[in-house]
Amino acid sequence: MIDIGLGHYLTLGAIIFTIGIVGIFLNRKNIIVILMSIELILLAVNINLVAFSIFLNDITGQIFTLFILTVAAAEAAIGLAIIVVYYRNSSTIRVEEINSLKG
Amino acid sequence: MNNLNFISPEIFISLSIMFLLILGVFKKNSSSLIHNLSIGLLLITGILILNNPFDSAITLFGNSYVIDNLSSLMKILTILGGAFVLSISTKYLKISKIFLIEYPILILCSILGMMVMISSNDLMVFYIGLELQSLALYVLASFNRDQLKSSESGLKYFVLSALSSGLLLYGCSLIYGFSRSTNFNIIGNSMDSTHYGLTFGIVFILVGLAFKISAVPFHMWAPDVYEGSPTSVTLFFAIVPKVAALTVFIRFLYVPFFNMIDQWQPIIIFLAIASMIFGAVAAIGQNNLKRLVAYSSISHIGYALAGLSVGTNEGIQSSIVYISIYIVMNLGLFSCLFMMKRKNQYFETIDDLSGLSKNHPVLSLSLLVILFSLAGIPPLAGFFAKFYVFKSVIEQSMYFLAIVGLLSTVIAAFYYLRIIKVIYFDEEREKYDTDHSIWLKISLTFSTLLILLYFIFPSKLVEIVSSINII
Repeated sequence: MIDIGLGHYLTLGAIIFTIGIVGIFLNRKNIIVILMSIELILLAVNINLVAFSIFLNDITGQIFTLFILTVAAAEAAIGLAIIVVYYRNSSTIRVEEINSLKG
Repeated sequence: MNNLNFISPEIFISLSIMFLLILGVFKKNSSSLIHNLSIGLLLITGILILNNPFDSAITLFGNSYVIDNLSSLMKILTILGGAFVLSISTKYLKISKIFLIEYPILILCSILGMMVMISSNDLMVFYIGLELQSLALYVLASFNRDQLKSSESGLKYFVLSALSSGLLLYGCSLIYGFSRSTNFNIIGNSMDSTHYGLTFGIVFILVGLAFKISAVPFHMWAPDVYEGSPTSVTLFFAIVPKVAALTVFIRFLYVPFFNMIDQWQPIIIFLAIASMIFGAVAAIGQNNLKRLVAYSSISHIGYALAGLSVGTNEGIQSSIVYISIYIVMNLGLFSCLFMMKRKNQYFETIDDLSGLSKNHPVLSLSLLVILFSLAGIPPLAGFFAKFYVFKSVIEQSMYFLAIVGLLSTVIAAFYYLRIIKVIYFDEEREKYDTDHSIWLKISLTFSTLLILLYFIFPSKLVEIVSSINII
């Protein structure tokens, strides 16, 4: 058996965070995937905070996590609303077709 | 309970948001009433801030909220900016058919978020303020929801801003883990450069903040969002969140991260130089005035960051003076944009300005003053703003930064002068309407006179700002 310590949790957090960032930049298809990637990034932060909180024996990190969860829900709601508004105007949510503003 | 007196502005503004929301829902056709009420309530909030003591720093809620000279001054700037935006945009909103009750309420929400951000002395409080601000701004950017451009700008702003919040949070989690606290002062005491986790945390937080302030290389959202949003929202974006973000930058750099100045100073210098040069060069080819304002705001943010990078109180003060004068100049510029209206249609390209001086001599004269000031030509206010920044930079013998700044001023002067050439020497077009609202005229006169007459009392603003000593 390996002991699972702080380092493992931080590595997991870092991996999920990287997946989120890469998901935003490599994604060329659907804007919903970007929304999911943003959620992944916030999830990675939460894993980090909870791990630190347990390791430091300090409750602040877990309270911070609760705040982040709440805000992430609000953010997802607003993001989906904006996507719906955009879809009504352009009838597409393909990332490569979002290009009416440039220069 | 004594604490509650000091945050009475925040309590008042949040109560008024709820009151306005309920009033707007239950009273039919109340847009105009809510608009005027929200301006009044903002001004009352400003008076409540003036009520707080100015000579000492007060910390509240277990040192997580701080009220000092910096926060009071920046809150007043934010509120004044918000009140001006609301009062001059009424007619524009009516003509664009977005004169709704949600508009002033969302602006009040984002101002509340900015006030929390400005006063925060704890990562958690800071994050909540930041999100309250940005959630309201996402909706504002896509406020003209039947227009493709507006909804696209909202979408772009949402994705990039959420990404930057994520980066910032990751930095916050690292800082919390390696310094064992979320409080800025405790973080500041436990900073030492041997901990690579802290350095990573600082880099992530600075990247997130640079996104919010639209400094190069994290500026890519700004031109699109500025062009697509309704003009009144663009004005709001251009002045008010910049004040809050700059204050947060000052707080982060000089309270928790101050011991790591050797680590962050090169980053800030790089951001400043890149923003100044890129903002100046990229604006040259633009024809849309809103896009041009976006690039010019990027380069102005570069100068403000140059003031922050020096690591002295004088530097901080110079960049606060810079951002105050920048607000006034942008207010004037956008008042002119709101005046370019013919038969219920607004115009926003440089070509539409051609020959403006023949039909509208007063408007073109004030535009001339504002553009000269943006270019930094003495004796206008914009020159003094740049002068203070360069003075504090040169006092710390950072000659390279000063030389690059001066060179990019010269490049930037080209596109400002090109607009003046179009106004005064090109063929004239049809006349614009002249039935402007009284507030629009007041704000244009106010900003032009302030820019023009600043050199008579240059010490007034400096005196107010010189009481801000962070270090």
